Amino acid sequence: MKFYVPPQIPRLALAFGLFITLFLVLRHFLVPDTFGKYGHYRAASLIDNTLPEIHYAGQQACFVCHQDIEDKKAQDVHSDIHCETCHGPGEKHVVNSKVEKILKPTGREFCGSCHALNAAKLKSAIFQIDLYKHNIGKNCIECHNPHQPWEMKK
Amino acid sequence: MEPHYQHLYDILAHSQGYIFPNEIDLQWGILIVVYPFITGLVAGAFILASLERVFKVKILKPTYQIALLTALSFLLVATMPLISHLSQPQRAYEIMITPHSSSAMAIFGFVYLWYLMVVLLLEIWFDYRHSMVVWANEKSGIMRWVYKILTLGVNDISPRTVKWDRKLGYIITVVGIPSAFILHGYVGFIFGSIKANPWWSTPLMPIIFLFSAMVSGISLVLLVYMIISYFRKQIIDLNVLDSIGKYLFFVLILDFTLEGLDQIQRIYEAGESFEILKLLVSSKLYLTLFVSQGLIGTIIPLVTLAFLQFYKHQIKVRKTMYFIIGILVLIGVYSMRWNVVIGGQLFSKSFAGFTSFKVGLIGLDGTLMAIFWLILPIGILAFLLWLLPPWKMVKEED
Repeated sequence: MKFYVPPQIPRLALAFGLFITLFLVLRHFLVPDTFGKYGHYRAASLIDNTLPEIHYAGQQACFVCHQDIEDKKAQDVHSDIHCETCHGPGEKHVVNSKVEKILKPTGREFCGSCHALNAAKLKSAIFQIDLYKHNIGKNCIECHNPHQPWEMKK
Repeated sequence: MEPHYQHLYDILAHSQGYIFPNEIDLQWGILIVVYPFITGLVAGAFILASLERVFKVKILKPTYQIALLTALSFLLVATMPLISHLSQPQRAYEIMITPHSSSAMAIFGFVYLWYLMVVLLLEIWFDYRHSMVVWANEKSGIMRWVYKILTLGVNDISPRTVKWDRKLGYIITVVGIPSAFILHGYVGFIFGSIKANPWWSTPLMPIIFLFSAMVSGISLVLLVYMIISYFRKQIIDLNVLDSIGKYLFFVLILDFTLEGLDQIQRIYEAGESFEILKLLVSSKLYLTLFVSQGLIGTIIPLVTLAFLQFYKHQIKVRKTMYFIIGILVLIGVYSMRWNVVIGGQLFSKSFAGFTSFKVGLIGLDGTLMAIFWLILPIGILAFLLWLLPPWKMVKEED
């Protein structure tokens, strides 16, 4: 007896074969040229990643001009806080300090974004102030030097 | 103040307690809620169709093709919410051409393709081939060619070949059941495997997703069957409704039990995340979890279905009850997806704070987009029912 193959099978095999071939052909053209050069990614993306505009300069760039602040900061509790945490992105200021001025936050709320009383934070981890009780009407920086918080201003 | 600082201050006003900076904005919005909802409908509808085929539940025969076409319509749209959620949708195909075995989403792309090409399309093709050959001969003009192309040129309708259609279709169905389980188990797996999130990270997640998928798919087919009968001015077969209702009842019990077990385990274990999760479900998720998912989507349908198991009078009342149950269950399952996807992003990994979520209306990631992706499959289903009407199929001897 001859082995019977239903007519659906060869036709479906052809259809699936065509689909898979089409997929492989498309894949051949669609995979980026530099894909897999160093690993499972497009090597040219490394170049793409150098293209975005730089906003943050890093604190070493600040200390080139502001040596005095570096010394002050080193002596007190804010020594681990980088300049741009409070002053905002500073790359433009580093490139052209005459025209581009750096942000100088002065308000109570700004200090409060870290130091406001918050039951969810450990008091031993960060110093906290009740903004509704502590010297109302005054700005923090009238007494505290933000670079050296515990050296009180006269 | 610089614009991006201003943005930060605006959204910080909506957070409570202590949260980490990357938790302010929700990365997964309403479209990621719609995505598992649609995939679930596909898997559920297919499993109902398989019941008829594999376990030879004769009474469900009128819903067999409807369930398959419903599954296909929703499957064709299933990836769209994901793609429109991407910032770079034009790159979506890259996941398929350079898949990495460690990427769950990449492998899922192939599970999806397997399910679409090998399971659903083939099963529908084997089922309709005989009828399509007949329709191609009956029609003239362009429709004749459409059906001819759809048959892939296999015009043999001798009893022997038609018998092979049924045999091969059966094999596909048997392969299809585990495929449907994997398809939707996978969606749950993606959430369940995120170990940093205690609201998601449970090995039960794929199973819970699977059972809620079955619940939603069965309800959808129930509704589609009733609506089609209404438009075709056919009498709705109450035996069919009763039979679907019975399956819905059993699967709903299983689904409810599994989700209940998950929560009881969580409550009894009372791990370090418990306090924040307790706050989460009693505040931000109260409406969607207890009211929408629990009461509207589970308890009321369960009680009503139990009642319908022995209440056999007043045909019109029973039909209306089934229709309402179908809608309620769909609302419940949608809420379940919402509670998982959105709920899991509202609390902080610090376990000491919450962020908030406001759904946008317009844009690629907005509500209108989500509604569009939910309505589109219904349009596709209407088209498929016009192209491949189950009620005009060639009757075959059993």
